[in-house]
Amino acid sequence: MTSANQIRTSAGDASASPAGPHRAGRPSARQADTRRKWYEIIGLTAPAIAVYVMFVLVPMGFAVYYSLYRWRGVGPPTEFVGLRNYTLAFQDPIFLDALRNNAIIVFGSLLIQGPIALAIALLLNRRFRGRSVFRLLVFVPYVLAEVTVGIMWKLLLTGGGTVDAMLESLGLGSLVQPWLADLDLVIWTLLAILTWKYVGFAIILLLAGLSNVPDELTEAAAIDGASWWQIQRHVTIPLLGPTIRIWMFLSMIGSLQIFDMIWVTSVPAVRSLGASATMATYMVDNGFFARLWGYGNAVAVILFAISFVAALLFQRFLLRRDIEGAITGKVK
Amino acid sequence: MTMAVNSVPSPSAGRRQVSWGTPLTYAIALAIAAVSIAPVVYVVIGGFRTTPQIVANPAGLPDPFVWDNYARVLTQSNFWQQAFNSAVIALGTTLAVVVLGLAAAFVLARYSFRGREGLYTFFTLGLLFPAGAAILPLYLMLRDLNLTNSYYAVILPQVAFSLPLTIVILRPFLAAIPKELEDAAAIDGASRLGFLWRIAMPLSRPALVTVGVLAFVASWNAFLLPLLVLSDVSLHTLPLGVQNFSSQYTTDTAGVLAFTSLAMLPALLFFTLAEKQIVGGLQGAVKG
Repeated sequence: MTSANQIRTSAGDASASPAGPHRAGRPSARQADTRRKWYEIIGLTAPAIAVYVMFVLVPMGFAVYYSLYRWRGVGPPTEFVGLRNYTLAFQDPIFLDALRNNAIIVFGSLLIQGPIALAIALLLNRRFRGRSVFRLLVFVPYVLAEVTVGIMWKLLLTGGGTVDAMLESLGLGSLVQPWLADLDLVIWTLLAILTWKYVGFAIILLLAGLSNVPDELTEAAAIDGASWWQIQRHVTIPLLGPTIRIWMFLSMIGSLQIFDMIWVTSVPAVRSLGASATMATYMVDNGFFARLWGYGNAVAVILFAISFVAALLFQRFLLRRDIEGAITGKVK
Repeated sequence: MTMAVNSVPSPSAGRRQVSWGTPLTYAIALAIAAVSIAPVVYVVIGGFRTTPQIVANPAGLPDPFVWDNYARVLTQSNFWQQAFNSAVIALGTTLAVVVLGLAAAFVLARYSFRGREGLYTFFTLGLLFPAGAAILPLYLMLRDLNLTNSYYAVILPQVAFSLPLTIVILRPFLAAIPKELEDAAAIDGASRLGFLWRIAMPLSRPALVTVGVLAFVASWNAFLLPLLVLSDVSLHTLPLGVQNFSSQYTTDTAGVLAFTSLAMLPALLFFTLAEKQIVGGLQGAVKG
């Protein structure tokens, strides 16, 4: 609640009132209005601040605190171990596997979905009959719960299931694999499922961004004799920059937290061997189900720190790119 | 929402391009749509087959067509109870997010005071907090507050984690309302709160619907939080129900298909109704 206190201390500050033509009221009336304004500010923001602090910031603070203890979740934590939980995590090959899997999902999602979605969005960036129906259909996988999608693909991919039967009927029976059970293959199968689920979101986002690209610009380029590809390359795609970056950011943060899909599609054994584990599943397996609360919270802090650093680097990197675009050579 | 039909395309865009582009466009659109929708269609149709049929011929059509699986899921499982729980939690979350988000965004958009930008940054920081990372301490906190196994245990954290995005989307919308309108309202005797209630809220309805829809869908599909804080089966939401049903009746493939497609149905219906709003909201959000 510190911010509310800060606001209250600056409440007496006359400079806080908006600059502008003031009615020459009596000072007391103006003071009364300023006071009322501050009541409104505090009254309207307090509920949101309270819920946000209580359920977002406080838990993160507790995670840091618990992560320094060896604690089974019963009674107050007493056995202080410092950073040992963190060193243990980085010494566990399964956790390192989980890190590797998260990296595969982060970069795999960006590198596979990005180009596919961009190509499709550019090709579909013209009005045609039935475009809204198409939009609706492409969005379907994104709207379904990850759990539902996971169960669905698990059924489709079982040994001798639909996918295998279809491969057989196409004469590709030799390609049939234990999709979700093979320890080397499972993470790639999961990446394929995640691509199926989330590429529609990227397409819709890019189409929304494309609708904000003014027609005059592409028309002017066309009049100047630019080919379709040149127009996309030099006009449309650069203007999509902000949209692409928003998508990349959302995709990255989402990929780092992946849990539901892994949880329902791969059996615990495959997970516990690290083949399909991610940081989030590792955290829940160890912290919640194995009741290693101190250790689990250390993993939570690592997950948070990695997301936070990735987000900051992303912003930094993008900010620099944006600045370069505007003011050449001026790099912070 | 630039959904208006385009006027006559300019000749410079090249009629040549459209003439060969259109079949290609349709081919691509159809292929993508088919890939998106085929597995879902398969699951729905699979619910009308029997398990022996599915085992014998996984990629076949229903022959004969049976209603048993759907009937069984709707009468013998906890489907209705779970759908009800999901609805209560999603509606509660949506309502709270919209009300709290609107109040905070209104202050951040239309009041000038010291610390305003700091407060805004304070909220936007929440975008960098992965909800997944906070799940263990959240569970411990809810356990210590004796809130586990209640609707609140799911609603409150979901509201908290939806607030940052809600405020980021709503603030520019509220800031864009012309100052003249506010002045006119003041002259007509409306207080600042009257302006919020009578003018700002009706004007920002599209944005409110967008954040509401996003919060609703996120809540409806949530799995990890309910999994940890709802151990009481009578409070389970649909995603938990699908997971339980599929692990409980592993041999009843047709039943699992039926349950899964029934669980998909509400989200699909709701989404079909609100799709324009979602896309419209995204369009507003990605305006570079």
